[in-house]
Amino acid sequence: MTPSTTHGELIRQGLWHNNQALVALLGLCPLLAVTSTVVNGLGLGLATLATLVTTNVIVSAARPWIRKEVRIPMFVLIIACVVTTIELLMSAHMEALFLALGIFLPLIVTNCAVIGRAEAFASRNPVAHAAMDGFAMGLGFLGVLVALGALRELVGHGTLMRDADILLGAWARGLEVQVWADYRGFLPAVLPPGAFVGLALLIAFKNKLDRVAARGRAGGLGWLRFWRDSEGAAATPRVMSE
Amino acid sequence: MRAGQGLDVAQGGAPFIPPAKRVRRIMTLVLVALAPGILAYTVLFGWGPLVNITLATASALGFEALMLRIRRRPLGPFLADGSAVVTAVLLALCLPPLAPWWLPVLGSFIAIVGAKQLYGGLGYNPFNPAMAGYAVLLIAFPLELSTWTLPLALQQAPADLAATIAYSLGGAGTGGLDAMTAATPLDRLRTGVGLGEAMTEIRAAPVFGILAGRGWEWVNLAFLGGGVLLVLMRVISWHIPVAVVGSLALISGIAFFLGPNHYPGPLFHLLGGATMLGAFFIATDPVTAATTPSGKLVYGAGIGVLIYAIRAWGGYPDGVAFAVLLMGLTVPLLDTYLRPRIFGARRPRVRDGS
Repeated sequence: MTPSTTHGELIRQGLWHNNQALVALLGLCPLLAVTSTVVNGLGLGLATLATLVTTNVIVSAARPWIRKEVRIPMFVLIIACVVTTIELLMSAHMEALFLALGIFLPLIVTNCAVIGRAEAFASRNPVAHAAMDGFAMGLGFLGVLVALGALRELVGHGTLMRDADILLGAWARGLEVQVWADYRGFLPAVLPPGAFVGLALLIAFKNKLDRVAARGRAGGLGWLRFWRDSEGAAATPRVMSE
Repeated sequence: MRAGQGLDVAQGGAPFIPPAKRVRRIMTLVLVALAPGILAYTVLFGWGPLVNITLATASALGFEALMLRIRRRPLGPFLADGSAVVTAVLLALCLPPLAPWWLPVLGSFIAIVGAKQLYGGLGYNPFNPAMAGYAVLLIAFPLELSTWTLPLALQQAPADLAATIAYSLGGAGTGGLDAMTAATPLDRLRTGVGLGEAMTEIRAAPVFGILAGRGWEWVNLAFLGGGVLLVLMRVISWHIPVAVVGSLALISGIAFFLGPNHYPGPLFHLLGGATMLGAFFIATDPVTAATTPSGKLVYGAGIGVLIYAIRAWGGYPDGVAFAVLLMGLTVPLLDTYLRPRIFGARRPRVRDGS
């Protein structure tokens, strides 16, 4: 990717074509572990989003001083500092969510999506682009976390946005929606197997949409132009896997 | 592949004889062999099993047809091969006799759509579909799956067919039917052992019969009869059932020998719960079981040991489903390493480092 990449293209890549969770399949450990409810997914998604933007900006700004030979340890150091800061902030201001996310908050350090963007994009692009890339990639990751959390919470508990108050404060207690009255719950959806099955369904759904869109392009459907622009855009190679 | 073995052609050795029994014939024979057990189950426990089987079979065929349509496969040959029916019947036989209608239907959905068709249909599923459906149901609805009825002989006013269907569809008249549910022999055993009761005390409870659980002993014997028929007709080989039953008998026999007051005898384990159904009909699933003779023995023995382990030390009273699923995970490994030696071939020599 060159510095001339437009911001629109960056957003398209982050949200859809190179979605870190659905396409690059990075950061699956927290993705699968914490998405038992919408609120948990949202909390970790926001933390990851903040981490991605901050680390991308720092890595991009520090380009002139980081030697190529030691760049990966430097990235890890930067990411660890940022994550620790976010963790301490969360512990101070959002105690309940901090406890709910548990070990997966500090584990953002090892989220391959973060170091992947640092290495593949931020270390070779100007600050503004790096910030935009971090924001788009983080937003794409956040979207998948929330979608998977919603799917599992809906099937598992029959609710949406339960325990919203631990993320958003006491006023959010009314946000919980009981979708099906008198629902018995379906525990396997909340347990880890539900995460794997749910993620597989989301990936399948995205691929299906892409295929329908490709067919639409062939048929000349104008409303799908959003996807047309990045046809053939090379996906960023997977930097590392967990 | 081990080194120096040459071509990797087939699992077994020569002679290669074309299969005479088609899938449909095998599945029909399996259903016929299940009949005595289903009959005994119905006679001893009421109409519930038949209602469950009907619901599960109808919904399984429906889901199979739906998935075949979505996957653009021909409906006729795949629906007629009978594999979905066998899956549905096995699943239904694992459910409590009196179950709400959505239990067999949801189980069929998980078994057919989730465990079978999403993996590519018959022959491609890594897990036994019926047991996958049952295991998910058991984890999701532990209360419904552990509410078992007493044998008819112990019930005050047994439900007739109409009352059973009414219960299944809407829970109508549940007030009377709820009174008939009770702990199964395996439940009773678990509770008794937990309380430190002596085995003679536990065995004196009315849910126990002559050999094992009251009613269950005859159901298991009927499944054993049907299973032996399948072995004699060469539909299944003897390896897996013998290994399951043998290892379960051995390990429960050792426990009984060491502490006859704290452990039920091997006969109780062999004729209790779903042992015979599991050994002859579920563990022998041609798709998900091991395929080589020595592999089948290891696979079956593992299932027997796991059944005992789950019953004695696990969280659930019976463990056939989890035992079959867990050993199913080992099948690729067993099939790779436990191949029969091809006639005339020598064992590859272990070479030293030089």
